[in-house]
Amino acid sequence: MNDKVKLMKGNEALAISAIRYGCDGYFGYPITPQSEVLETLEAEMPWETTGMVVLQAESELAAINMVYGGAACGKAVFTSSSSPGVSLMQEGISYLAASELPALVVNVMRGGPGLGTIQPSQSDYFQATKGGGHGDYHCIVLAPWSVQEMADFVWLGWDLAFKYRNPAMILADGVVGQMMEKVIIPEQRPRRTEDQIRQQCPWALNGRKGHRKQNIISSLELDSHQMEKNNLRFQQTYAAIEANEVRYQAIDCDDADYLIVAFGSMARVSLKVKELAAEQGIKVGLIRPITLWPFPYEAISNAAKNAKGILVVELSAGQMIEDVKLAVECQKPVEHYGRFGGIVPTPEEVFEAFKQKLIK
Amino acid sequence: MKEEIIIAGFGGQGVLSMGKILAYAGLMEDREVSWMPSYGPEQRGGTANVTVILSDELISSPILNRFDTAIVLNQQSLDKFENEVKPGGTLIYDTYGIHRPPVRTDINVFRISAMEQSFKLKNSKTFNMLVLGALIKVRPIVKLESIIAGLRKALPERLHHLLPLNQEALELGMTLID
Amino acid sequence: METTDIIKPENLVYKKPALLKDVAMHYCPGCSHSTVHKIICEVIEEMGAEEYAIGVAPVGCAVFAYNYIDVDMIEAAHGRAPAVATAIKRLQPDKLVFTYQGDGDMAAIGTCEAIHAANRAENIAMIFINNAIYGMTGGQMAPTTLLGQKTATTPYGRRVDLNGYPLAISPLIAQLDGSCYVTRQSVHTPAAVRKAKAAIRKAFENSMAGKGTSLVEIVATCNSGWKLSPVEANKWMEENMFTKYPLGDLKNV
Repeated sequence: MNDKVKLMKGNEALAISAIRYGCDGYFGYPITPQSEVLETLEAEMPWETTGMVVLQAESELAAINMVYGGAACGKAVFTSSSSPGVSLMQEGISYLAASELPALVVNVMRGGPGLGTIQPSQSDYFQATKGGGHGDYHCIVLAPWSVQEMADFVWLGWDLAFKYRNPAMILADGVVGQMMEKVIIPEQRPRRTEDQIRQQCPWALNGRKGHRKQNIISSLELDSHQMEKNNLRFQQTYAAIEANEVRYQAIDCDDADYLIVAFGSMARVSLKVKELAAEQGIKVGLIRPITLWPFPYEAISNAAKNAKGILVVELSAGQMIEDVKLAVECQKPVEHYGRFGGIVPTPEEVFEAFKQKLIK
Repeated sequence: MKEEIIIAGFGGQGVLSMGKILAYAGLMEDREVSWMPSYGPEQRGGTANVTVILSDELISSPILNRFDTAIVLNQQSLDKFENEVKPGGTLIYDTYGIHRPPVRTDINVFRISAMEQSFKLKNSKTFNMLVLGALIKVRPIVKLESIIAGLRKALPERLHHLLPLNQEALELGMTLID
Repeated sequence: METTDIIKPENLVYKKPALLKDVAMHYCPGCSHSTVHKIICEVIEEMGAEEYAIGVAPVGCAVFAYNYIDVDMIEAAHGRAPAVATAIKRLQPDKLVFTYQGDGDMAAIGTCEAIHAANRAENIAMIFINNAIYGMTGGQMAPTTLLGQKTATTPYGRRVDLNGYPLAISPLIAQLDGSCYVTRQSVHTPAAVRKAKAAIRKAFENSMAGKGTSLVEIVATCNSGWKLSPVEANKWMEENMFTKYPLGDLKNV
């Protein structure tokens, strides 16, 4: 057996992976179903080894603003929370985007609205992909479907965040956060030195060493003409991300009669639905968006060309389905199956819905 | 080979731990494994359950409602999961507190008295291992050595002196099957 | 002395600190902010800290503090400066980290962050400008507005039954185990400016010495918001503000 293979919960793997990345700081507030992130970090005591800062903040509001401060220093920082807590963080995420700061935000979604439930959900799709906070901005949104991806997307998220100077979000759900699977976490990487940060992030706040020009991190611009220019610059960044960073997985879509589109835990359930369908001689392809923003419109459009119909499976009343409909431009029947309030449908249940809605 | 298992009982009975030990044993045999718990308030006093899948191939859904094997440790769980065992599948239940035993005839039903046995041993902590011993007797999905090896990996070293005790309980569990 | 002698270097008695940028300030004439900015610049210069000072600006009149104080600075969301400063200092313990906040920022929307940062003994200095009114948004009531004081949202004077009591922040912070230095100062006379400057210096030194959180409250005027001349505003402050917010050290550990 490979010694590097560990058995871990998604939340634990994410925390360990962050330390290994050479993360500089975590700031968070406990909330189910993701408290294992902070608990694991506190138990690992990375301040004794890599020098990483771990801080339990007084609120999600404080946590995201600590992330804002840390990101402004060019540090690799992150926070994690679940739906209600992430709602509280939206102002700070908007500031991060507007100040063009790289940071990582993790949302292990639970059922809402309001205080809702602590059971899994995917009903923050709109919030994550369409802005969430105020203003015209986007986070890069990654949707892990396994414990391995919980670990891997921490690295990918930060790499993309630093590449584009834009916040990235891992949009997981209670299933992926709570389940245990095999995982291999990359080897420890050293944290960047101040000199490396000065080189990589010349905009960062670290003091005017060598009489360098003052660095200012601010999202404020009262001159509307300049603010429009800033917005155009943000839009250019988003266009570049849309051009370069679309990620998805297409499974047996080429000769499929039907398509299922699902992300995260629902893509796992849908993979089983595909197996159940195959047992009955029904050819189903699965498209799993890995980046929810940028969304794989083109891939879905292409895969849908020969399909008779598409089922979108979500733990919500129907959010991603809007993007799927945009992708196929309403030229194919697009149906939805969702459960909410923390109910996770079983593969059999989804398969029944699939047959009822698409085959009839 | 793929085995889809549900373990269900009271919160605090060690249901999640049993699943974890099983998952670790699968890990030791280089199998694909998934462990998906119920979580939240129902852990405390109410019912708890965990879905464990051991497979030679990549695992699709960690959430299931059809199981090859169900291990049920209280009446509520029996009522809920008896019907979710696949025809020809296996149901193992502990007799303690059961007043409506299973009725299905298209599945293999095994009754054990692990709870009573753990009372006899005056060590409630052996309960997990007794149940798992019974499981691998009926369904040899992992080797006994793999469970011990998995425990060795999962437990901190300061608890490794308990491994022989666990092995004895596993072996005793295997004898609980009628 | 001839007039030409005045400009000789050896006759220099006062100069603008180099870290105070050479730009026109947006502050109203008579406002205390500009004076506090200047002494912050002087202290950083005298400490030789420009290479390691990082400031956090608030939302409020001082939102543009970074346009005047020539060190690395960040503009925080309203009230969150102590949280932002917490991360900056924890991630870069060798830096001098300070927040600059008004009474809306610290005494209203950001009280929670201020209290918790001080309670965690974050090694930061918090400069708190208390002028008992919201200047930037047009003179509305602040939590620190005095009873009877007229503002845009208390046009007939602040009433206890409608608006509650004026909030004194410094005593709140002083009682926390994590604060090491809490003081109230003012900048309405040359002597007061010197004392305020010494207080800021001490707070900054505490940040570097890792002694915990320092709070320097500056009881300040807002002559525009108060609808008084600068001179009248100073007088009104002495007669009214200093009673509720008496000057001096509340804590010095």
